[in-house]
Amino acid sequence: MATKHSRQSKEQIIANLSKITKLPKEEVNHLMERFNDLCRKEEGKLNRVEFRDELNRFFNITDDILMDRVFRAFDKKSCGTLRQEDYVIGIAKFLNGTLDDHIQLCFDVYDLNNDGYIVREEMFQLLKSCLVKAPTEEDPDELVKELVEIVMKKLDCDHDGRVSLADFKSAVAEDKLMLEALGKCLPDEKSKLTFHEMIRMFGGGRYTSTGSVSMSDQTRGGNRRNRLA
Amino acid sequence: MGQTLRRAAQWTSAQDGSTGKLEFTAINEELLNMILHFAEEGSSQEESQLVFKKPLTWKTSLTKSDIEGPGYVVSYTSIYSEATSPKGKARLLELKDGVMNILTLGQAHYVLQKAGDKKMVELRASLEGKSNRDPIVNMLGDRFATVEGSDNSIMRFHDEITKEIEALTKQTVNAEEKSKEIEEKRRMLSLRLKLLRLDEQMMSASIIKITNDVRLNPKIVDGEVMVLKKVCGPEKSIFALDDINFYGDNFIYQNGCRAAPWRQLNGDICYLVIKCFDGPTTLNVTANTSGYYLNKGPTNDKNGQLDYDRPDSDTYRDLVSLLKAKSPHFATMITQQEFTVTEHRDKDSGLSVAQHGQDDDGEHTNRSDRQRANHKEQPVKDRSQKTQQKPKEPSLKWKILAVEEDKQERQEHQSKSTMDSIHKQRIKKRQQSVFSSEHRKNKEKTDGEERFSESSTESEEEEEVIERRHEANADLPTEYWQIQKLVKYLKGGNQTATIIALCSLRDFNLNQETCQLAIRDVGGLEVLINLLDTDEVKCKIGALKILKEISRNGQIRRAIADLGGLQTMVKILRDQDKDLKSLAAETIANVAKFRRARRTVRQHGGIKRLVNLLDCVQLNSAVMTPEMEMSVEVARCGALALWSCSKSKKNKEAMRKAGAIPLLAKLLKSEHENMLIPVVGTLQECASEPSYGLAIRTEGMIEDLVKNLKSSNTELQMHCASAIFKCAEEKETRDLVRQYGGLDPLVGLLSSGTNDKQLLAAATGAIWKCSISPENVQRFQELRAIDLLVALLTDQPEEVQVNVVGALGELAKDPPNRQAIRKAGGIPSLVNLLTGTNQALLVNVTMAVGECAEEPDNMAIIDKLDGVRLLWSLLKNHNKDVQASAAWAICPCIENAKDAGEMVRSFVGGLELIVSLLKSDDKEVLAAVCAAIANIAKDEENLAVITDHGVVPMLARLTNTNDDKLRRHLAEAIARCCNWGNNRTAFGKERAVAPLVRYLKSKDENVHRSTARALFQLSKNPENCITMHEAGVVKPLIKMVGSKDEDLQESSAGCIGNIRRLALANEKARYS
Repeated sequence: MATKHSRQSKEQIIANLSKITKLPKEEVNHLMERFNDLCRKEEGKLNRVEFRDELNRFFNITDDILMDRVFRAFDKKSCGTLRQEDYVIGIAKFLNGTLDDHIQLCFDVYDLNNDGYIVREEMFQLLKSCLVKAPTEEDPDELVKELVEIVMKKLDCDHDGRVSLADFKSAVAEDKLMLEALGKCLPDEKSKLTFHEMIRMFGGGRYTSTGSVSMSDQTRGGNRRNRLA
Repeated sequence: MGQTLRRAAQWTSAQDGSTGKLEFTAINEELLNMILHFAEEGSSQEESQLVFKKPLTWKTSLTKSDIEGPGYVVSYTSIYSEATSPKGKARLLELKDGVMNILTLGQAHYVLQKAGDKKMVELRASLEGKSNRDPIVNMLGDRFATVEGSDNSIMRFHDEITKEIEALTKQTVNAEEKSKEIEEKRRMLSLRLKLLRLDEQMMSASIIKITNDVRLNPKIVDGEVMVLKKVCGPEKSIFALDDINFYGDNFIYQNGCRAAPWRQLNGDICYLVIKCFDGPTTLNVTANTSGYYLNKGPTNDKNGQLDYDRPDSDTYRDLVSLLKAKSPHFATMITQQEFTVTEHRDKDSGLSVAQHGQDDDGEHTNRSDRQRANHKEQPVKDRSQKTQQKPKEPSLKWKILAVEEDKQERQEHQSKSTMDSIHKQRIKKRQQSVFSSEHRKNKEKTDGEERFSESSTESEEEEEVIERRHEANADLPTEYWQIQKLVKYLKGGNQTATIIALCSLRDFNLNQETCQLAIRDVGGLEVLINLLDTDEVKCKIGALKILKEISRNGQIRRAIADLGGLQTMVKILRDQDKDLKSLAAETIANVAKFRRARRTVRQHGGIKRLVNLLDCVQLNSAVMTPEMEMSVEVARCGALALWSCSKSKKNKEAMRKAGAIPLLAKLLKSEHENMLIPVVGTLQECASEPSYGLAIRTEGMIEDLVKNLKSSNTELQMHCASAIFKCAEEKETRDLVRQYGGLDPLVGLLSSGTNDKQLLAAATGAIWKCSISPENVQRFQELRAIDLLVALLTDQPEEVQVNVVGALGELAKDPPNRQAIRKAGGIPSLVNLLTGTNQALLVNVTMAVGECAEEPDNMAIIDKLDGVRLLWSLLKNHNKDVQASAAWAICPCIENAKDAGEMVRSFVGGLELIVSLLKSDDKEVLAAVCAAIANIAKDEENLAVITDHGVVPMLARLTNTNDDKLRRHLAEAIARCCNWGNNRTAFGKERAVAPLVRYLKSKDENVHRSTARALFQLSKNPENCITMHEAGVVKPLIKMVGSKDEDLQESSAGCIGNIRRLALANEKARYS
């Protein structure tokens, strides 16, 4: 009886999530299974390190601050770990989110103190590591500050010295490239395709503890397919 | 000695002939001296007695008395030696008729001795002698001939000798004789070896001489400095040098020199500052084309000014030997090889400034150019990294310079006037316009075809753009500094910073030239193009968006092509991202505006990829998803790029092969102007190729073209009209245009009062070509096109006029139209245009005037306006088309003028001129002139004049032609010219009769008619009758009597009658 109930509820959850994410049920199921597999430390809860690993490996997002921020953006309940639905909804946004979804996500990521505005200090934090080769005769901090001013000029549409979500939206509408203006926090097309394909192809039955090995095979296969295409 | 003589010695240009001489150069002098020395004392007694296989023979300046001496016999004509060769009994020396023959070195020695101070002359003469080009062959036989590659004749000879010695030891018979023979062979061998040594000595001597002449150039200097930089360092114990640097700012002139131009005049290449560990610690060195030497270094009074004087007179061949001489430390370090080599690596970040040297496509010129540029920048770069007190700005300049420099370097290697050449502006003369050359094609089918496709479109953008460079940083706009800062972020930032910088760059007005050039000048182009090679889609999109804008500038286009941007963009065309593809295609469309770029696109397979872009599925479906819109956009950009590329003939061919035509046909169904314009633009570029013309018709594109003629967009209308203009050479196409109702909008374009000259030119061109079909002429008549066209005769640019006049000429072939032209007042304007200079226009005008002159009323006006005289003077035009066309136009004028004979006579020198044109080698001119002469000869007085000018023999000379058009008019002219004096006899004498008979075998009825007429006239002379009869004229003539053409019947019958009468008379004479 209990198992029947849990299966039922699982099906409900899948249906529910499928509705929210607009992903086919099967893929939702696969995502959920993947979540379960990722949770090594504590069942049903994906901690920061494990999630960062995932971001790093499949979505090519490497910056520490940003990975942290993406984690927080996924973590709707702010409980420090990701629940299954957080994970599924978040990843689904990665995969098939609309531009607005992405704008919201990026804004959440960049708004370090979650006050609804991105201010200069936050930009500085985000951009300070992005000058790979700082010319020696100039103060690297100065250069970053100048860069912040440049970004501010582009993003701050209402000229109030801070970037609201509306500002951000209109800036992105003007130039789509500004979406990730403060750091890469979305997967690129290629990794999106690869991951999505992996999720689509992956049958639940074959999912075992050695899954990660076969998964990386899948990834490689997906990559190859991409390259051929 | 053979090798040296052949290679090192400098022969004058006529080397292979017999007259090649040794040039009077230092090397040759040196070589001759060595040979002389050898001949005088190089050989031993034995060897000097060795008899040559063939004598050395040369023309000597010595006389018998010079040679005279004991042992030499003087005869009347010659002098010879008493000594003879042991076998052949030939004299060892003989001088006869100034020719010297010698058979031994001993004799040569003797001759040189006797020659005294003339011995050099003699030696020279003997080496230059025809048969002595390879003296060794003469001396020792063919087996020792100087050959290319390895020569082992000596080894074989040596083997032979040893074998014979062995054989000798075995057998005793004839031992004495044999040993003698071997002895001789030995002598030969030793002589050969000596000669070989001489050859070697001479070779090395000449090499030393040659190397002395090698001069320094900037490349060598750069190379040496680069090498020495690697052994520079602060530690005395491990480095050979402290520091080596170029002196002054880092400006490199186009020829690679760093020295100021006025110093370059003295041969200076650059100045070096070398810090040594010992000796005079700082060496100031001048690198001059003659070598390296010290200068006195910077003067104290003026900052940065060098004192170019030399403290000592030592000049060194290379930098190392100078340093060895000046710095003992350096010398010991170099010899001991105990120094450390430092590597200066490019420390640029991997992401943004990734060197894109990994292009796998075979890049040709661009690649090597770039490598050379890189090579050059190396030393400067190193320096700018090390000496940090220097401001950063100037060092950015070499990037620009290095790129442009290579372009001209080849032409002006050591240009002294560098400053001038930087600002030099070379504007190629624009070639003839599209439309005028189009006509030429029509007229001269022979060579016009190739010329046309070249001139039609290739040339337009080929001008060298004016180079404007800011020499000083004085008045740079603020944008410059802002852009420089952004480019800095591009260079030194990660992906995020790069994207920010790219987005901000686009906030500048990129259409403004200052911004475009600023991006280039601060080195932004390289970075942008490098970005295209990365994997970051967003960076690529951002970079392309900028490149797309700035590539509207001609200089930027060239720079992009020079930096290899096209290759990368062609690669991107295969990317999956549609944004990327369309941006790359659009940028290519901008860049491929000049020929080299178009070629690059083709050579890297770009055409095929661009054609693939055209393939988009639904075009005009009711609902467009963003996806579909995107693919339509890709197709549009592809069409834009193809439009640019289609200006080259080879690209057109490549596009056709890649299957562009059906895809273009599909896109032509689009409803969007921004799609249609590039598609029709491409089509009209390509339509000049016959294969496209056919395809455009068979693919049913005419209908769409006609439909778009009615568009409201003038540019689109213009391209459509232009496409029809180019395609309508074919009758079927013309008919299709009519059937789809295309004539009305064409005429409508004229009446719309548009001021767009290009549109007018295209529309009138289309009307011109369409009016070649009589059915179309009918329609144009109904549309009253003539009035509109006549209105366009004045106040229009020549491109329009050419087409208008062409159209009028075609329309005037229909008699009612001639009247219409007159009524519309077109005749005066036409006659007025006869005074022009545009040859395409002249061809059309003369034709139109000619057609109009068919009508007597028109002729009266033309006559009144003195039009015939103008036509006549055009016979003097250099262009054969104009000549021919003018001559054709003259015919109806003479026919229809009232007092034609008098009129013609009134042109001073006119008759002489037209007769002289019979010497032309152009068939069309000849035919036209013959036709004109036929008309002129109608007037008896004029006939007398042209007979005096020798028209008869000239016509007779032309009779051997196979060209039916010429035959027809030639026969006509001959027929007319028979009516004067003894011209008939003269034609007979000039052998014009028999060839004429052959004309009857032609298939052309017109040829038959005029030939029969000529034969009839000629047959009035009995001699000609005999010739004709002999040539078998009767049979074909009898056939022609049965022709339906009365004229032909009559003349044939008359001719037969004349022949028959002669026969009868003959018989009568015989029997009475």
